[in-house]
Amino acid sequence: MGRTLAEKVWERHVVRRAEGEPDLLYIDLHLVHEVTSPQAFDGLRLTGRTVRRPELTIATEDHNVPTIRGPIEDPVSRTQVETIRKNAAEFGIRLHPMGDAGQGVVHIIGPQFGLTQPGMTIVCGDSHTSTHGAFGAIAFGIGTSEVEHVLATQTLPSYRPKTMAIEVNGTLPPGVTAKDLILAVIAKIGTGGGQGHIVEYRGEAIRALSMEGRMTVCNMSIEAGARAGMIAPDETTFAYLEGRAHAPTGAAWDEAVEYWKTLTTDDDAVFDKVVEIDASTLTPYVTWGTNPGQGLPLDGIVPSPDEFADPVERSAAERALQYMGLSAGTPLREITVDTVFVGSCTNGRIEDLRAAADVLRGRTVITRTLIVPGSMQVKQLAEAEGLHEVFKAAGAEWREAGCSMCLGMNPDTLKPGERSASTSNRNFEGRQGKGGRTHLVSPAVAAATAVTGRLTAPADL
Amino acid sequence: MEAFTTHTGTAVPLRRSNVDTDQIIPAVWLKQVSRTGFEKGLFEAWREDPSFVFNNPAYEGASILLAGPDFGTGSSREHAVWALQQYGFRAVIAARFGDIFRNNSTKMGLLPVVLESKIVEELQRAVEDDPATEITVDLVERQVRMGESAWSFDLDDYTRWRLLEGLDDIGLTLRHGEAITEYENGRQPWLPTTV
Repeated sequence: MGRTLAEKVWERHVVRRAEGEPDLLYIDLHLVHEVTSPQAFDGLRLTGRTVRRPELTIATEDHNVPTIRGPIEDPVSRTQVETIRKNAAEFGIRLHPMGDAGQGVVHIIGPQFGLTQPGMTIVCGDSHTSTHGAFGAIAFGIGTSEVEHVLATQTLPSYRPKTMAIEVNGTLPPGVTAKDLILAVIAKIGTGGGQGHIVEYRGEAIRALSMEGRMTVCNMSIEAGARAGMIAPDETTFAYLEGRAHAPTGAAWDEAVEYWKTLTTDDDAVFDKVVEIDASTLTPYVTWGTNPGQGLPLDGIVPSPDEFADPVERSAAERALQYMGLSAGTPLREITVDTVFVGSCTNGRIEDLRAAADVLRGRTVITRTLIVPGSMQVKQLAEAEGLHEVFKAAGAEWREAGCSMCLGMNPDTLKPGERSASTSNRNFEGRQGKGGRTHLVSPAVAAATAVTGRLTAPADL
Repeated sequence: MEAFTTHTGTAVPLRRSNVDTDQIIPAVWLKQVSRTGFEKGLFEAWREDPSFVFNNPAYEGASILLAGPDFGTGSSREHAVWALQQYGFRAVIAARFGDIFRNNSTKMGLLPVVLESKIVEELQRAVEDDPATEITVDLVERQVRMGESAWSFDLDDYTRWRLLEGLDDIGLTLRHGEAITEYENGRQPWLPTTV
């Protein structure tokens, strides 16, 4: 029987396999940030262990950093950032600190440097590590105990998850983006739909996506509960990688590409689970509730809890409507927002900023609007294209690179009761600040919403 | 890691589904660089509501959490496990768990027990009727017991052994140092380094 992409990559990384034990899996790249690493480094010090392969490890500062230039004012955040600097120096790990040209959100900088390549295993103490699966890598989030384990051994004992195919056939209609696609997938299969599985996104609509669109899709795999998301590498992948700082060159490039071309699911391979979606039926998607599975087409209305047959889902919907301050039956387009956020590891890349700029060019925002590049390099690219002038002319705020309003760990937050349209990945209660209310949207919808102050698609303007 | 063999205690019913790790411990707590003190942040926002079950004195001292399905979804923060343990929990029983949370729990010795929804609801009803009801979580027998009733749960042999012995995963892996070196010698030469 043939093998799936996930099985091929997994098998190549098994260091040791024994009956009744998890596989010992080799890790090709370990991404580190300031939040989930301090206790892991402490653990190494306590046990007198070292970092086995510092040269397969890279660190950045992203979650705590303010996106307005200047020092970190919160002393607790500052201590955490100072801690990663101390740890990186002590253990010999490359770090991109605030202000450095290579600094950025951890899942933006890996691909940007060409460190994320097909067929690799990549981990990080961050659930959105699934982003890197867009290159045909097995990439997943881990907790701090496992961060320490990877630092010390460059391996992880793991059971191979089951495999799941999400086949997205047909073509996305104009104005419908990778973000809409993944929000539709999560709404269809639910926040637990991918639990215990590595998802492979397949089909015509996936093949047609750019690398950045593929990263947006894989990024949110975890919101469907999946362990990881993957897309088989192809010419789009190779074209994106070629010439990047850490991509192979010369004969090594040719050899690598030859191998990468074998990283596809065999025709006779069998997935444990298959879900099919028709891309041509999709429209811009938004979330109305407090988990990413509570999403609907923008044309829809806020649902009534009575529509849910399952009592657990019904009570979740009741709670969500109460938290969100919404009434059943309200058209989604009538929901007004206070803040618009464009950025994050989901939608903080250059194509996302271009999509927002295309909408904002010649228009004016009426809400507080934060445009936050995912990395300093994205910022530099955007400025070279003049996008920052478009944003500023529209009245939006053009910020420094960081996680910003995705998660309420830095000064960019919502106040209690404030409502946002956000290109990030989680609409959990309090995610963007205590009492804040989040609607997840694509960059284009975010920009259009900033213009009208209500949830809006660009086509509505 | 704290070993887990068998534990008997009272339980708190948390009748909510999709409890993500942002609810278990809000992000502001993640700025800490130590491993202690997280119990104060456990369900911080929800505990502000006087009617939240954690504010009911009848459940004080409970050491087993009876959660709704899809407990611990979202962020990979192990701080969620630390917060639950430091608050006094030894086990969480739910119909489904977020994968990363479940994994983190088994690394720390907080036992994640998967039982069918209707059984979790039966346990929740019992402790709602009488908060003094004692529940036993027995990892040796892989069984949950309450009164005369008993239910089996699944946990793979390896994880069970590690939890029973309280073994340090890193120590176990380092025994295979030679295998790791051998694997490293065969890695594809073009694979990137960060230097």
